[in-house]
Amino acid sequence: MNNLKVLFNGIVKENPTFVLLLGMCPTLATTTSAINGMSMGLATMFVLILSNFLISLIKNLVPDMVRIPCYIVVIASLVTVLQMLMQAYVPDIYETLGLFIPLIVVNCIILGRAEAFAAKNNPVASIFDGIGIGIGFTLALTLLGAVREFLGTGGVFGFTLQGEQYGMLMFVLAPGAFLTLGYLIAIVNKIKK
Amino acid sequence: MKKLKSSLTNMVLVLTIISIVAACALAAVNSATKQQIENIKAENLAKSIKKVLKVSESEPLEVTDSEVTDAENNVFVLHTTDKGVAIESTQNGFGGPLKVLVGFDSEGNILGYSILETSETPGLGIKAAEWFQEGSKGCIVGKNPATTRMGVTKGGEGDIDAITASTITSRAFLKAVQTAYDQTFGNNTDGTTSASQKGGNK
Repeated sequence: MNNLKVLFNGIVKENPTFVLLLGMCPTLATTTSAINGMSMGLATMFVLILSNFLISLIKNLVPDMVRIPCYIVVIASLVTVLQMLMQAYVPDIYETLGLFIPLIVVNCIILGRAEAFAAKNNPVASIFDGIGIGIGFTLALTLLGAVREFLGTGGVFGFTLQGEQYGMLMFVLAPGAFLTLGYLIAIVNKIKK
Repeated sequence: MKKLKSSLTNMVLVLTIISIVAACALAAVNSATKQQIENIKAENLAKSIKKVLKVSESEPLEVTDSEVTDAENNVFVLHTTDKGVAIESTQNGFGGPLKVLVGFDSEGNILGYSILETSETPGLGIKAAEWFQEGSKGCIVGKNPATTRMGVTKGGEGDIDAITASTITSRAFLKAVQTAYDQTFGNNTDGTTSASQKGGNK
């Protein structure tokens, strides 16, 4: 399988949110606005690329029976590193996402890709898989966030497109997340067919 | 290279080595970023204190810090200056803790406020950062909690207009301001009772 194919596989064919339905907790919780969704996607992508790379490097050194604890240690360390770096250099984004950064550890996309891809492929292909899945996740979260922000507050990325008085509050809150996600999955499936 | 067998020695060894390497990496990053993180926090706090006390950023300001805990175990951090006092006060908002920094002059008039920590809903409760500022609908700047009741107008709880569709956030915010005032300007018992009543309304 060539690397480009691996890359697009993650964005379209195996889009983690719309097709694999992985990582629903951060997907629903952080997409209250487009910028939040995008930042969460990018933070996850960072961890995913590095964890895929490291895990495919050490895959032969790790005995099968303890592979999950080993992977989790690697992933958790990466997330903590990311958390400290964000706190130090991009404090504004950290403020909005702070609560969700530690949740990346238990995001099943990351462990899922480690198991399904990185543990069976070479490091270079694993990086591409990380980038592909990461972009797919970021796009999905940004789209979901944008739709919810538009319906809920009348703007996207903080710009007002229609008057705020037309906003439907429900879409910024939890029920709107489920509704929007459901419709987006339906639309994506329809287009793919 | 062949995959290692899942023998007990292999498993223990690999897991230990991975943990040690991870711990070393974390320690390294921690020591590299610690100073920077603390600098940013201190800088932001110093800026916020000046902002809420209406002191220009270039002006030097001497700050004395102290900490007070009230009967409900709320912790207040008082930053006392010659221009007034800035108080960090925390209440539970809609999405989590809502930490507010309120500046009072020596008579207890509100000079300004700033939200230090919030996890309120974007598009709704998050508006607390502007809603209660000077010139906005729920303006609290220039008011004195001794004469203006810090509560939402809904249900006659107080004299401040709540943020549209974010009454819980507004209540938490106003309670934070009120408790901060009570801490600094006396009448603690009264403040505590009114605060607990408001808590019951949720």
